[in-house]
Amino acid sequence: MKISSLCLFAIIAFGVPAFAAHHDEYPVATPPLSEGIFPCSNCHAGMEVNAKKRELKDEHTNIKLHHAENDRWCLDCHNPRNRDKLKLANGDTIKFTESYLLCGQCHGNIYRDWKVGIHGKRVGYFKGGERVYFLCVNCHNPHDPKFKPLKPEPPPTRPERTYGR
Amino acid sequence: MKMMSMGAMVALSLGSSSCTQVNVEEFLQKHFREMTEAEKKEVIRRLEETYLRKYGKKFRISTQPAESGALWGYGLDLSRCIGCRRCVYACVKENNQSRVNPQLQWIRVVRLKKGSLINLENAEHYYHPETVPEPGFMYLPVQCQHCENPPCVRVCPVQATWKEPDGIVVVDYNWCIGCRYCIAACPYKGRVFNWSEPNIPADELNTDVHYLGNRPRMKNVVEKCTFCVQRVRNGRYPACVEACPTGTRKFGNLLDPSSEIRYLIENKRVFRLKEDLNMEPKFYYFFSA
Repeated sequence: MKISSLCLFAIIAFGVPAFAAHHDEYPVATPPLSEGIFPCSNCHAGMEVNAKKRELKDEHTNIKLHHAENDRWCLDCHNPRNRDKLKLANGDTIKFTESYLLCGQCHGNIYRDWKVGIHGKRVGYFKGGERVYFLCVNCHNPHDPKFKPLKPEPPPTRPERTYGR
Repeated sequence: MKMMSMGAMVALSLGSSSCTQVNVEEFLQKHFREMTEAEKKEVIRRLEETYLRKYGKKFRISTQPAESGALWGYGLDLSRCIGCRRCVYACVKENNQSRVNPQLQWIRVVRLKKGSLINLENAEHYYHPETVPEPGFMYLPVQCQHCENPPCVRVCPVQATWKEPDGIVVVDYNWCIGCRYCIAACPYKGRVFNWSEPNIPADELNTDVHYLGNRPRMKNVVEKCTFCVQRVRNGRYPACVEACPTGTRKFGNLLDPSSEIRYLIENKRVFRLKEDLNMEPKFYYFFSA
């Protein structure tokens, strides 16, 4: 009863069937979009869609695709009709905050681990407060996802020899 | 008889000019678990005053007890750890460890050759390459494993260390006599000792502390990982979990079937370090890949 009235409310209020509400189900972190770049439609709205695979010379020159680049191009993941959204293989449009759905299409086992908190990172309160799940893209650059080596913090100092001197 | 000798001691210490009122109160302070709520409050007030005088900072010292239904467990994903030591320094900062002379760290990351993972005598603690991970090596962070059957607790001659109801092994620094039996008893090197007065830069002090956890320590006491008792009892992840850049560290309630820690124990390849010693550590190393 309660659930059905909820569904009804959802349909009336948002005009979408409640079963599509699997989106936004995780309290995710902010996607690491380059500063000032979003919304993408600011530039792309009036632009003609060029689906040809090519080297980008005018804009986005910092992006070097290194993620199965022989089989893939921008518009496989970025939605050509609305650049502020991403696109799944089945044609569904999703927000940047739901990008885990996109990554999960190929990386199913990792996605499964991510959903239960084994892959990836969660910070904040595990109880009684706000918890934030890092998105795949908070750690892996989607255009070049391999985790880069880090400079380690310094080793501990060796104990001094304080005898026999 | 006991009261008399105590009275004599008080008189003695009051009589000596180098002994202040605080020294006397400190000397007569009870074991933490034997204090009433009022006595705890009084001790906290005194400690807060002492810290204010010593460090020029207002501390908030919690004595929050364990909640029922919680038994904390830790998971560490050995297929993700890259040995960057971010956890070590996040822990030092959160838990007010002495930075130099003595340099105390509650987490040790050791490097092992791939293929001889449990050959701990070949573990390298001082590795220092330009970047990590290095090809051919694994990294094994070790800290207090919060054993269910902790040998450190059993050897303490004054019961200054014990296991809390939520499974966290803690130390009452004011009760510790510095004999270091617990350090000898721990097979994980999970405990360290303040050989001299701790050194912490005043601007790096964490003033949000727990009596049994990260409050500043003094010379001549043992200290160890407390799973960040000051954070965990408020529902927050430990500092090392939040600092890890690769999401290697997992934390949760072993009694909650829907927790991350339970999932990984039930679904991943898991082992506990030196399991054969029968100490039932609550620190689960696992391989996610």
